[in-house]
Amino acid sequence: MSTKTKAVWNVGLIAALLGLLFLLEQVLPSGSMLFTVLKKGAIYALVAVSMNLLNGFTGLFSLGQAGFMLLGAYTYAILTIPVESRHSVYQYFDGGIIQFALPVPVALIAGGIVAAVFAYLIGLPVLRLKSDYLAIATLGFAEIIRAVFQWDKLGPLTNGSNLLRNFPSFKSVLYPFVVAGICIALIVMLINSTYGRAFKAIRDDEIAAEAMGINLARHKRLAFVISSFFAGISGGLLAMYQTTIQASMFKSAMTYEILLIVVIGGIGSVTGSCISSFLFIACSEWWLRFLDNENLYIGSFHVPFLRPGFRKVVFAVVIMVMVLFYRKGIMGTKEFSVEGVRNFFKKKLGGKRVTEGGASHE
Amino acid sequence: MSKENVLKVENVTMQFGGVIAVDNMNLTVDKGEIVSLIGPNGAGKTTAFNVITGVYAPTNGAVYFKGDKIIENHPQGKMKKLYQGENPVMYTGHHALAPTPDKITGMGIARTFQNIRLFKSQTVFENILIAKHLRRTSNIFTATFRLNAKEEARMRAESEELLRLMELEDVRDELATSLPYGKQRHLEIARALATKPELLLLDEPAAGMNPQETLELTQFIGRIRDEFGLTIFMIEHHMDLVMEISDRIYVLDFGKPIAEGTPEEVRNNPRVIEAYLGGAQDE
Repeated sequence: MSTKTKAVWNVGLIAALLGLLFLLEQVLPSGSMLFTVLKKGAIYALVAVSMNLLNGFTGLFSLGQAGFMLLGAYTYAILTIPVESRHSVYQYFDGGIIQFALPVPVALIAGGIVAAVFAYLIGLPVLRLKSDYLAIATLGFAEIIRAVFQWDKLGPLTNGSNLLRNFPSFKSVLYPFVVAGICIALIVMLINSTYGRAFKAIRDDEIAAEAMGINLARHKRLAFVISSFFAGISGGLLAMYQTTIQASMFKSAMTYEILLIVVIGGIGSVTGSCISSFLFIACSEWWLRFLDNENLYIGSFHVPFLRPGFRKVVFAVVIMVMVLFYRKGIMGTKEFSVEGVRNFFKKKLGGKRVTEGGASHE
Repeated sequence: MSKENVLKVENVTMQFGGVIAVDNMNLTVDKGEIVSLIGPNGAGKTTAFNVITGVYAPTNGAVYFKGDKIIENHPQGKMKKLYQGENPVMYTGHHALAPTPDKITGMGIARTFQNIRLFKSQTVFENILIAKHLRRTSNIFTATFRLNAKEEARMRAESEELLRLMELEDVRDELATSLPYGKQRHLEIARALATKPELLLLDEPAAGMNPQETLELTQFIGRIRDEFGLTIFMIEHHMDLVMEISDRIYVLDFGKPIAEGTPEEVRNNPRVIEAYLGGAQDE
């Protein structure tokens, strides 16, 4: 397939998807579980892809994603709470120190930029570390950020450990899809550019990459900052989705959820991350909810073990099984594409035709 | 000096704790020459390469490329007390000069590795394309938004051209690691050439090759020197290869240069024979 037909197919698919969403929104009640899954799934898809850019494409094992999401979420919330409701939100801090509100898109981008600036500063010392040490350092950073944002002395800015609320949230399910879609498209364009190739070279062999003239420190920092920028934006989207935010939400457990999505989807596959993000959110918010029900009966049989939080056990088992037996994940390092699907079916059909031919020959 | 010095290594000592891997090494490589560095295992040949390419900062000494000083260091701090080499302070009023390997490559010195280091998950073509990243003019924004289409097209065209010259066209879209060993060596050299070097450092290019492959490699190295106007400095164990194509040879033993000269001179040098055959003194 030529690049032109490919582009037409992709644009067509995206338009069809958005159209379908629009229709669903008109038909189904707005409280439907499907919308919860779709909205949260889109947000997690973005953050999972941003994590994949680091872990899968640049080979930097970082676990700081929740920290950067927190920065994005807080920046978004702080900048968009309407002036008139600031007094009730910041009730313990005399209405806070910021007395203006920015439009939503500007605040989202500001969230990304704040996360990126922090990533740059943290990256200066931390990116000298490798593999597990980098993971530990970034994880520690995320925890520190969370603790700092709960600090009383920062109350006028962050509202201490109290909730931030009253900021604008989604009006339509299309919003997170469009924003996440644009961001993921940007990441894909980056990955396919000469810089993306340099990132992959660093992942494959640092020493050879450096010998080929790729400045390791600069490229690692770039990947880290860009990944954090998009994590920040997804943090802002998450705030919009949740309608209230609090620093204690952004625990390391959140990073592990994202890591789980990346691993299930396939480390090094953007479409894999997107698919597994929707699957994961659907399971955790919807399909596996019954596991948290203590009084579940099948007929008259009382299902044992079930209690609130049991589905987390299932996820833990899933990631163990994945890592032990199916390390590639859903997509491996491949990408979902129209051409791939077409070739797949062609092969199937082609195979069929051959057997049919054999049969008729007899 | 009639010819231009491309590479000049001056009093370089590389010491790891109590071990002196390279001891007061001096050598020059002139433009267009093929110079070999030979010596028994553990003589410090690869360490010397790593100093020249910026992987290690030398304990003492300096490296010049086309007359410009690119690397310089002298024992400082703890190393001042531990330093055991000769010429502890040759220069006064100096400062340490230790560019990272990518800067060295940017200056025009490319290298290959003793144990092949290709980008495993990439195809042959992509391996070469990655090396083109070095000479880019685009920044991350112009590259992401495809404003560098012209440059991207040039990178691809140059890579294709290189594939053709290196006779790797037929395996263009294969995974680099799926190639036979000899082809992987060719690819690694092609990738180094993609950075547009003037000086090419080859670290045991014939390691693990059979005599037939070695012969092909010999012709190949001579050919790329002429076609790309290169200067080649290499480490090699295969004596037939070394004797065949080298203009000059340096011999290293226990970190110390013990001989230099044309293949003929080196072949008949008693110290070289002693180093290689383990000294037949009591005959």
